Amino acid sequence: MSDHDDILLEVANLKVYFQLPRKHLFAKASQVHAVDDVSFQVKRGTTLGIVGESGSGKTTTAMAVMRLTPITAGKMRLGDTDLVALAGEDLRQARARMQIIFQDPYSSLNPRVRAGAIVREPMDLMHIGDPGERDGRVADLFGKVGLRPEQQALFPHQFSGGQRQRIGVARALATQPELVVCDEPVSALDVAIQAQILNLLRALQEEFGLTYLFISHDLGVVQYMCDEIAVMYLGQIVEHADRISLFTEPLHPYTWALLSAVPSADPAAREQADRIRLEGDPPSPIDLPPGCRFASRCPFAEARCVAETPALRPIRNGHAVACHLVSADGVPPQRRAEATA
Amino acid sequence: MAETLLSVEGLRVEFKTRDGIAKVIDNLSISLARGETLGIVGESGCGKSMTALSIMGLVPIPPGRIADGRILLDDEDLLQADERRMRQVRGNEISMIFQEPMTSLNPVYSIGNQIAETARLHEGLSRADAMNRALEMLLAVGIPAAEKRIHEFPHQMSGGMRQRVMIAMALACKPRVLIADEPTTALDVTVQAQIFDLLNDLKQKTGTAIIMITHDMGAIAEMAQRVVVMYAGRIIEQADVTQILTDPQHPYTQGLIRCVPHLTQNPSVERPPLLEIPGVVPALSQLGQGCAFAPRCQYADAKCRAEMPPSAAVDSGHEVACWLVEREAAA
Repeated sequence: MSDHDDILLEVANLKVYFQLPRKHLFAKASQVHAVDDVSFQVKRGTTLGIVGESGSGKTTTAMAVMRLTPITAGKMRLGDTDLVALAGEDLRQARARMQIIFQDPYSSLNPRVRAGAIVREPMDLMHIGDPGERDGRVADLFGKVGLRPEQQALFPHQFSGGQRQRIGVARALATQPELVVCDEPVSALDVAIQAQILNLLRALQEEFGLTYLFISHDLGVVQYMCDEIAVMYLGQIVEHADRISLFTEPLHPYTWALLSAVPSADPAAREQADRIRLEGDPPSPIDLPPGCRFASRCPFAEARCVAETPALRPIRNGHAVACHLVSADGVPPQRRAEATA
Repeated sequence: MAETLLSVEGLRVEFKTRDGIAKVIDNLSISLARGETLGIVGESGCGKSMTALSIMGLVPIPPGRIADGRILLDDEDLLQADERRMRQVRGNEISMIFQEPMTSLNPVYSIGNQIAETARLHEGLSRADAMNRALEMLLAVGIPAAEKRIHEFPHQMSGGMRQRVMIAMALACKPRVLIADEPTTALDVTVQAQIFDLLNDLKQKTGTAIIMITHDMGAIAEMAQRVVVMYAGRIIEQADVTQILTDPQHPYTQGLIRCVPHLTQNPSVERPPLLEIPGVVPALSQLGQGCAFAPRCQYADAKCRAEMPPSAAVDSGHEVACWLVEREAAA
């Protein structure tokens, strides 16, 4: 298999802007820059995590990949299919290849439809398999996600949150997708239930060779689930690396701040952690500041950061960062500050 | 040991449901010293929030009923206090920060008004003085441009800002006890860290004792000195925060700590499956005779299913309600 075949999803220079209503008739039209020039690739059978605070554009990116939100500019490719060019019936057919698991298992299942029918519906709509065999496949999927076959006859309200999320997973797998977008799949669940769903997702990935685009704000979950991680801030990717190097050697000051803000349950780790606190909130995605978008909250910001926008540049082994202050040999500003202190 | 400010003794709260009486809180005793932070952890449905509501005197009656117990603030039993007295206590001596900063602020009043209301009601301040107090509180919780922000409405603020306003409101009358019910679950980590710093800072300045309700062991580690773990309305383990985190005794506590993928600075290449706690919290009206956790516990035996384990001390200040620990101690 060549390198090209290895990549299932390729997104290049994706932009999603939302037009805001004019304040009055002659006012200048303004836009929300939800996703601004984002590029990434996901290899077949792996998981790419997108992390960031609320408003960073991680969910909009996923929705754009799913073609559930109109895109302003950019290229997206799933296997050999150009996702941007698809329209009408072609787009509908392509949806079988990419499915989504939603955040809230309470509002993403139709309360009037039985669990079995919820899982069967995508197959009926996409004409997958022989109609007579579909019931068998529903039963099979129920078994795969850890539900009992007789539970097909129940309605969503008769399940617990964790079980509902299992129904959501079964529904997403019904069309045998290649790409599954997981949009905060465990953040609405109880702590003890999260582990059950995360283990299930990893087991299914192994069994079916699934590719995940995993959206989360929980860095612990991302560290456990993802092979590669992209950190987003205000619509842009500020750092992209494999899971080991991102967590051992975070380069961007924002990533570093994000990691150090996570409360640790390990007393030893808490003592030695070099703490940094970000002040305030991210700037508004409507009136974006020139230069680096993180500059207003960055403890290391210099004149250059406010003037020039840093590009995402590779440092080593696929570890890329968008920061002027990271030196060419990969020394981040937070390490330099330590050395001089 | 510092003097006890608030103590709950043998509290039992029952709810009448269609399936019979549910013991929402069963024989709960906790004490809180001045300037201390007590963490209460457990899954949803374990009685954490109901404990908070009982202390605030906000349990809906009916269908609820306080069946037994005492809640002592200094030496006054709050369960005996009438509604008039409870109104004085709430917001003045004990106040609470709710989980959802989006829904617990009134959208049609400016935030200054909402904070000032507390001060006017409890301390009889004039309108102008109360607004000054509100401004003072907004500055204390670190809201930038507070003079301008005081006239803004909740929808004009971000989630973190709204939670700060909630904290400002809760602290406006300098309460002695602050109950924080999942104060940061709706917030981003960076904002969460700011709120934790703020709470710790205020605690040091004012000596307010905090009861922090959460399901996040990381947040507990960050904030609490002592931890109470609840399951199905009962305390199953309580100890110092370090004892709980390094040497948890109850299988449920161990599960709660290990089932979450914790962020580490040096992740390993292999990722073993996470430890699961199978099943879900049982319905409280369907609890049997034995330990409530037995159906989900991998170590459970016949005795666990037949008899409720009593709480026993394993170390100074470390109490566990589990037959397993009992048996090990005997061996």
